[in-house]
Amino acid sequence: MNTPSDQSRPPDAAAAPPGEVPLLQGIGLTKRYGGFVANDAIDIAIAPGQAHALLGENGAGKSTLVKILNGLIQPDDGEMRWRGEAFTPNGPAAAHARGIGLVSQHFALFDNLTVAENVALGQIGGESLKTLSARLAQISERYGLPLDPKREVWRLSVGERQRIEIVRALMQEPHCLMLDEPTAVLTPAEAERLFEVLQRLHADGRALLYISHKLEEVKQLCDTATILRAGRVVATCDPRTETAASLARLMVGADVAAPKPQPGHAIGAPRLSVSDLSLTPDDPHGTTLRRITCDVRAGEIVGIAGVAGNGQDELFAALSGEQLVDDARSISIDGRPAGAFSITARRKLGAAFVPEQRLGHATVPGMRLSDNALLTSHAEGGVVRHGFVDRAALLDLVDRVTAAFDVRKPGRDPEAARLSGGNLQKFIIGREILRQPKLLVVNQPSWGLDAGAAAAIRQALIDLAAGGAAVLVISQDLDELLEIADRVAVMFHGRLSPLVAARETSREQLGLLMGGSGWPQQGARDAVPA
Amino acid sequence: MPFRLERRAEPATAMVALSPLIAVALTIVTMAALFAALGKDPLAALQVYFIVPLTDTYSLQEIAVKASPLVMIAVGLSLCYRANVWNIGAEGQLLIGAMAGSWLAVATHGTNTGPWLLPAMLLLGAAAGALYALIPALCKIRFGASEILISLMLVYVAEFALDYLVRGPWRDPAGFNFPTTAEFDAAATMPLLIAGSRLHAGVILGVLLVIGAAVLLGRTLKGFEIRVVGAAPRAAQFAGFDADRLTLTTFAISGALAGLAGIIEVAGPIGHLQPGISPGYGFTAIIVAFLGRLDPLAILAAGLFLALTFIGGEQAQIALKIPQDMAKVIQGVLLFYVLACDSLILYRVRRTAAHRKAA
Repeated sequence: MNTPSDQSRPPDAAAAPPGEVPLLQGIGLTKRYGGFVANDAIDIAIAPGQAHALLGENGAGKSTLVKILNGLIQPDDGEMRWRGEAFTPNGPAAAHARGIGLVSQHFALFDNLTVAENVALGQIGGESLKTLSARLAQISERYGLPLDPKREVWRLSVGERQRIEIVRALMQEPHCLMLDEPTAVLTPAEAERLFEVLQRLHADGRALLYISHKLEEVKQLCDTATILRAGRVVATCDPRTETAASLARLMVGADVAAPKPQPGHAIGAPRLSVSDLSLTPDDPHGTTLRRITCDVRAGEIVGIAGVAGNGQDELFAALSGEQLVDDARSISIDGRPAGAFSITARRKLGAAFVPEQRLGHATVPGMRLSDNALLTSHAEGGVVRHGFVDRAALLDLVDRVTAAFDVRKPGRDPEAARLSGGNLQKFIIGREILRQPKLLVVNQPSWGLDAGAAAAIRQALIDLAAGGAAVLVISQDLDELLEIADRVAVMFHGRLSPLVAARETSREQLGLLMGGSGWPQQGARDAVPA
Repeated sequence: MPFRLERRAEPATAMVALSPLIAVALTIVTMAALFAALGKDPLAALQVYFIVPLTDTYSLQEIAVKASPLVMIAVGLSLCYRANVWNIGAEGQLLIGAMAGSWLAVATHGTNTGPWLLPAMLLLGAAAGALYALIPALCKIRFGASEILISLMLVYVAEFALDYLVRGPWRDPAGFNFPTTAEFDAAATMPLLIAGSRLHAGVILGVLLVIGAAVLLGRTLKGFEIRVVGAAPRAAQFAGFDADRLTLTTFAISGALAGLAGIIEVAGPIGHLQPGISPGYGFTAIIVAFLGRLDPLAILAAGLFLALTFIGGEQAQIALKIPQDMAKVIQGVLLFYVLACDSLILYRVRRTAAHRKAA
C-alpha cells in the first residue's frame, strides 16, 4: 500500500554509536504471512542504556518486530544478536533469560487474583509469595510505581493494572524493557506519571524500546528512533532533533489520505435523543451510567471519548437495547421513546449498531458470512420469508457488502473467524450501512486496524452522515474523534460531559476531562455536570 | 495435575467427520475384549450382536420399532443441546406422555369411540411431555436452577406416578392383580404397516420428524436462532434472539417429542400401560443425539445403530446366554468413546511438569 517515497532517508548503516556493541541487534529480519510481508529486511540496533523508539502507524509492522525480538514468533529470514553473539530465542522464556522484558498492550492479568498473586504467576522458580511480595514492594517503591500487593486486580484502574505489568517485567531485572503502546489506554495524566517512571528506568541504565505512534511522547523520552512504514525501516534518527511534523512525514508517508469531510451538508433534527439515562449494569464489575444526556442529529457525527472502562460498553448496551432501561423515555429514536424496545424493534426504527468485539459479539466466529449477514438483517424483509431463510438473498448481500467495502476474504462465503480484523470490520460496518440506517451507533470502530482499513472505515462513517444519517462514535482514540466528529463529549465514571463542537475544543481540554478534572465537584457520586 | 487439555489450533477436518465411526470401532473392539473376559468367543458374540439381527425380516422390523422412539427423542434433544441447554429428563417426559395419552384410552375403554381417539391420545401425550419439560426450563430461567438436575430428578417422579396409576386407579380389574391397565381398544392403538408384525405407523412419523427437524435447523430463522444461541450467546443477544424464550421453546419441543414417543410405545408395540414401558429410551436417546452429532439425518443412522444393540442384546441372551444388560454396557461404552473422540480431536493432552525449569 505504502511505498517508501523519495523524501524518506535511507536507514543509517550504523544505528548504534560507533565502537559500542549493541545490546540487542536485528539484521535483515523478515517475516511473511502468505503473500503479505509484515517485516521486510529490518535492521535495528539497541545500545545498552539507550531509549529507543520504534515508530510507525498501525500495521507498519511494529508488533511483528517486537514479537520476533521476544521470541514469540520466528523470523523467516535474518538474524539477531545479543551483545554481539548469535541470539535465536525459541520462545519468550529464552528472551526473558537474556534479560528482555515486555509490557504488552493487552494485559494478561487474572481479575480475581491479587496483585502479588498475578506477579507470582509470571515468575520462574519457586519463590514464596511472602518474599515475592517484599521484592515487589521494593521495586514498586524504587521506581515510583505504587501498588498494593494484596488488592484484587478487578478493583484497580487501567493505569494501576499497567503498573502490575511493568513491575512484573522489572522483577526479572531486565537489561532491555520493551513497552508496546503503553499510553494507548492511559489518560494524559496517567501517561505523565508513566513517563517519570520510564525516565527513572532509563537513568538506571536500562535500555528501553518504546513502541508508539505518538510523536510528542517519543520526542520527550527517546534518544534514537527507528521508523517503520509498510514493514520496512524508512529512517533511523534522533527524534529530539526532528520536529513532530518531520517525524509524521516519515511515519505516514505522503499517501495515506485523511478522510475527506463532505462539505456543506445540512444538519437536521435529532435522530437519537438520550435524556437523563441512568442504568445499573448486570455485570457487578461494570460501570453504572449516571444521568447521561445527549442527542445526535441527522447529518452529523457525534464522538464520545473516554478511557476504556468508564461506561462506554454499558452506554452501547443501553442504546442498542441489549440491556433495557427502566425509563423508556430516556432513549428516543426519531422522536419515539425506545428505551423499552428490543434491539430488533430498534433496528426496525432504522437504527444500526456495531459493537466493539468483532468476534463473538458482532459475528459468530464459526459461522459463514452469509449467516452473519442474517444476524442483523432478519428483522426486515428480503432475507426471511414466512420463517424460511433465503440463502440466495443472503449470499447476494455478502457479495454487495464485499463489492461496496472492498472486503478481502478467502472464498465467497468463508467463516467470520477466517477474515483479518480489518476486513471483518469492513464487512460488519458494510452489513449495517447497506441497510441504509437512519442512526448508526458504533463502538471503537477502528480498534486494532491498520491505517488503510481504519481510513476506509472512517470514510464510510463520514459518507453515511453526509447522506443524512445520525452517527454516534464511541472511541478511545482522540485523534480519530477529532478527525471525523462534528461534536464530542467525554465519558468518565459513567457520566457524560456536555457536547461541544469538535472545532472549538482541543486534545488538552478533552484529555483533562478524560482524566477526571474539570468535572463539577459535587458531594453525591451520581451528580451530573451542569 | 500432570496433564492438561489444550485446544488444537485447527482440528483435522477428516477426523472431525470420522469421529463417530472411530467411536463405534473402538466400542466393538472393547466389546470383543469383554466377551472374551466372559468366556465367550468374541467373534461369535459380535456376530450375534451386530450381524445376525440384520439377516432376518423380523429383526429388521424390530430394529425399526426400537429405533423409532430413540430417533424421535434424540431429534428433540439435539435442538436443546444445540441451543446449549441440557434436557437430561426425556425418560420422564416419555412416561408422562404415555400416562396422559393412556388416560384417554382408559377413560374411553369399552365405549365405541370414533377415529379421533388415537390422534387425540397422541396430541395429549405430546402436550403433557412438553408441559413436563417446561418445569425444569422455567426453574432455569426464573431461579437460575440447573436444568440438568431438575429434569433428571423429574424422571423419578414420573416413574413413581406411573407405578401409582397402574397399581391403583387404572389397574385392570380383570388383570389378576398385575400392575397394568386393560389392553387398549383397537381405536386406541397405532395402525400397523404390515399386518401381523409390530411395525407401526409411528416409524413413519419418526422419519417425518427427522426431515422436519433437518428443515427447521437448516432452512428456517428459528433453526438459525437455535444455532446462534448455542454457538455465541452474546452475538445471539446482539441479533435480538431471546435465549430464555428459546430455552422454553427447545425444552417444550423436546418434551413433546419424548411424550409422543411414550404414547406411541404404549399405543403401539405394548398395547397397554404398565411399569417398564421404556428400556431407558430417554437416556439412550442422549447417546443417539451425540453419536449423530446433533444432526437430524445422522441421528436417524445413530438411532438405528443403537436399536441394533438392543435387538442384538436380546439375541445374544438367547443364543449365548450373555446377560441382556450387556446392551446397556455397550451403550455406555459407546457414549464414552464418542465424547472421548470428540475431546481428543478438538484438544490435545499435554504433560505439564510440576516445576518447570527456566529455559
